[in-house]
Amino acid sequence: MFWIVAIFTLGSALLMVMNKNIFHSALYMVLTFIGVAGVYVMLNADFMAAVQILVYAGAIAIFLVFGIMLTQRGNMKQTNLFSAHVAVAGLVSLAMIVINGFMVLNTNWPVSTAEPPSNTVSLIADLMLTKYVVPFEVAAILLLVALLGAVIIAKEVKKTS
Amino acid sequence: MQIFIDLANWLRAWILGMGISTTATELILTAVWTLVVILFVLINLIVLVWIERKSSAFMQQRRGPNRLGPAGFLQFPVDIVKVLGKEDITPAAADKFIYKIASTCAFVTAIVAIAVIPFGPGMVLENLNIGIFYFIAIGSTATLSLLMAGIASNNKYSFIGGMRTVAQMISYEIPMVFSLLGVVMLAGSLNLTDIVASQKNMWFIVPQCIAFIIYFISTVAETNRGPFDLAEGEQELVAGYFVEYGGIRWAIFMIAEYGNLVAVCAIATIMFLGGWNAPFGLTFLPPFLWFMLKVYCMIFLFMWVKWTYPRIRIDHLMHFGWKFLIPVSLANIVVTGIGIYVYRMITG
Repeated sequence: MFWIVAIFTLGSALLMVMNKNIFHSALYMVLTFIGVAGVYVMLNADFMAAVQILVYAGAIAIFLVFGIMLTQRGNMKQTNLFSAHVAVAGLVSLAMIVINGFMVLNTNWPVSTAEPPSNTVSLIADLMLTKYVVPFEVAAILLLVALLGAVIIAKEVKKTS
Repeated sequence: MQIFIDLANWLRAWILGMGISTTATELILTAVWTLVVILFVLINLIVLVWIERKSSAFMQQRRGPNRLGPAGFLQFPVDIVKVLGKEDITPAAADKFIYKIASTCAFVTAIVAIAVIPFGPGMVLENLNIGIFYFIAIGSTATLSLLMAGIASNNKYSFIGGMRTVAQMISYEIPMVFSLLGVVMLAGSLNLTDIVASQKNMWFIVPQCIAFIIYFISTVAETNRGPFDLAEGEQELVAGYFVEYGGIRWAIFMIAEYGNLVAVCAIATIMFLGGWNAPFGLTFLPPFLWFMLKVYCMIFLFMWVKWTYPRIRIDHLMHFGWKFLIPVSLANIVVTGIGIYVYRMITG
């Protein structure tokens, strides 16, 4: 099962990069996000999977596609061309793969034999409101301010027009 | 409604009796239930289209369908057969693959959202801990398939329709989620079965009536129904994002639309109208029937609003969503939080 999800995720990621039509690339990116959500589900992290789908496959992908729609060109087949700097890109990615692989192989991963918790939401909530309360509140206030800012901007437009 | 659960248990025993392993049995049962849900949506579609056409005709002093079957009830099944026989046309300029899968994607998101809805005690396909959150997450991806249809048709009108759909759906998703948050705060759970169970004594529409109104308005916009059906405004955009679609692909879009309608009405019933709990202790009807009755009342409310109000303008729509619904829904959350705190202080 893991291999199916992994091949699905990596395959759609590869297609996203290789595709020449940027709209298709964006849709393959959604498939990649759904694949990552599948990995979360297999790790028994259903809340994380739902967040992944809501935030990435839902919100971010739509903003991307919206951006693509606003900047649409006549010939969609040439919107996501390959970069000319193949050698440099190859070198940088090779370096990243080597560094990451080295770090993954040399980290002492903790292995737990405990049963995964069935109800992750309340555990996450407990952690967020005790140990990580400050970052959680900061993020919450930031988002609230952004939302109110959007409302204020919308109100401002009405007055001047 | 014990009969469905008995049926499931009987089916499980029967398949196990044929010497198939437990995992395979569960897989087969899940497949069967998924099929049942799809059939439920399709049968519902026939009834809903009939109610919609009849009630709109009544409101506009027309007769509506009246030729086939009793009161024209068989008109839509016959229409389905007609649609199945039509030629499958793909525009030459369209983005063919995306154009073809867009309608199916819309259908899939509509069906998948129904998976977590409990139709009665224990009658749920997947009793997820995060039920309502899952529903919101799936709902957020539904926008994408409409956008795919709009952009892949390569047509000005469907393009504008797609743009409008997205702008409308992402704006109204925020008040919808916020209005549901008040209920989640009161129930203290994201599980839909638990939320229904916590409404045994009082439906959440009583303490959360503002949230219910916000939810109703924003779901009318989310499902692209009138008076917020700007995405398919017939007069200016012909039909919006599915203007190029014909035959069965168009029909699948219609199925998805009604599937979404059933899903949001079921969620409204669960979150605000007490789910399958009978009102005033009138338990002579089984819980499943109570649930369906409430869902149909909600659906009728949707149709009533659609056929009696004129379509509003796109800028008014956006202003209303951002300047009125979002602040009110935020205020509702604050008041709910204070209310819960005060209630706890009083009751100790």
